[in-house]
Amino acid sequence: MKKIYEKPVITKVETGFMNKFGESPLYHRKIRKDIDGVSIEELVSRFGSPLFVISEKQLRNKYRTIYNAFASRYPNVQFGWSYKTNYLKAVCAVLHQEGALAEVVSGFEYEKARKLGIEGKDIIFNGPHKKLEDLEIAIREGAKIHIDHFDEILDVEKIAERLGKTVKVAIRLNMDAGIKPQWSRFGFNLETGQALDAVKRIAQSSWLILNGLHAHIGTFILDPNAYAKEVEKMVKFAYEVEDNFGFKIEYIDIGGGIPSKNKLKGTYLPPDISVPPIDDYAEKITEALYSNLRPGDFPKLILETGRAIVDEAEYLITTVFASKRLPDGRKAYICDAGVNLLFTAFWYKFNVEIDREVYGVNEPSVLYGPLCMNIDIIDDGILLPPLERGTRLIFSPVGAYNNTQWMQFIEYRPNVVMIMEDRTVEVVREKEDLTDIERRERLPEKLKLL
Amino acid sequence: MGRLNQLAINDEGFIFDPLTGESFTVNRTGLFIIKKLKENKSEEEILEDMLNEFNVSKDIAEKDLIDFIQKLKSYGLV
Repeated sequence: MKKIYEKPVITKVETGFMNKFGESPLYHRKIRKDIDGVSIEELVSRFGSPLFVISEKQLRNKYRTIYNAFASRYPNVQFGWSYKTNYLKAVCAVLHQEGALAEVVSGFEYEKARKLGIEGKDIIFNGPHKKLEDLEIAIREGAKIHIDHFDEILDVEKIAERLGKTVKVAIRLNMDAGIKPQWSRFGFNLETGQALDAVKRIAQSSWLILNGLHAHIGTFILDPNAYAKEVEKMVKFAYEVEDNFGFKIEYIDIGGGIPSKNKLKGTYLPPDISVPPIDDYAEKITEALYSNLRPGDFPKLILETGRAIVDEAEYLITTVFASKRLPDGRKAYICDAGVNLLFTAFWYKFNVEIDREVYGVNEPSVLYGPLCMNIDIIDDGILLPPLERGTRLIFSPVGAYNNTQWMQFIEYRPNVVMIMEDRTVEVVREKEDLTDIERRERLPEKLKLL
Repeated sequence: MGRLNQLAINDEGFIFDPLTGESFTVNRTGLFIIKKLKENKSEEEILEDMLNEFNVSKDIAEKDLIDFIQKLKSYGLV
């Protein structure tokens, strides 16, 4: 009888190669056979590969966990869903059902929110580029306008005057919150007095009323103390404004930037250790509110948390299409999804799981995407056992910024499905075909070949 | 066969290169191939031997054999 076959593997024995968690990297592997109880095999056979898979259950759970972390500590909390993080209708609808406002940064996103059924008053309009026509619609419909620069103060004032309508506005602030890099491109700087100048200009207007402050201090912020600093500065500034200009600051919007359990490239520790729990953020933020607010004053606290809510609720299933040996001895796999779909692969090292048990020792491997482009690398240093063609790899977390920043480049974009709470699976964005790509093209008559 | 003939190989798949001091571990199939290479067998002959020894299709065995020899080359063993 013939012996059971195992792929031939040779590995150089190197000392000092164990990681600090005492686990042998040669045999460690992560297996995932299902998402929310629906098998990977079933998902791919029904909807193809690559395939984005969103879990409704995980999305709602994450929202509730993060919301409750704040709502259980402070009596006046409102979340705004950051559309740019993931503006698939199904994702937005789930989060609106959970109670989030829409936080948009362009006329396009504003239109998307309105079409989904969100009223103007429930839309926060952020962003540095609000075209006049978009701004006018937002003002007419009572959206929360967060002014980014002096030109915009004048824009809003002119529109308000033309409409004969007094408009409530907020201004965006930037500041030193003790972290690097300091984001200074959005809004008015606090330390240089620019923010105060903006307030003075608004106070001179008979058409504008300042009722809110907004700031967004960065992204993937691993230090909760930065938010404490931000809140302290914003509350102090709010009182300065209230005491000197007679405005009432009804809300303080501290933006987003709270990290998900993803791994930034170049970091050593796994995200379970490097990313502080959400309660740490909630504790620092609400503590800073209570230490700086005057007794009995509870302005609304708005958060625009995007990544932390959606990132871990989405997966990308890919299939190993081919393999090769690189000249340096590393194994390389060509997958059917690359940076065209995983734009965030440039910054993050995803969790990679295999859909089946695989025998054999891990070896240093590289994961390439399908593009005929040298930069199409999803992971340039991962230990994987020998993988057969057709093996599925499941990347996560991929819910933040991939379904918005993905590219139709060389390949079509695939199906996106949502596993509903009852385990049924719905297509929430159909895979593309040629008509999607060519719909806007026009071929001049003299260039027609057919 | 280059360094292959200098290597000390035990039956558990532990390989020691006395010239460089490097050590390697190899699994059963890998050990099988290395032994055949030391016998100066050609790739075609080794493939035939693999098909007789293991329960594996020709397509997979051929691909894996080529890949394994490339890996040995990357270590400078062949």
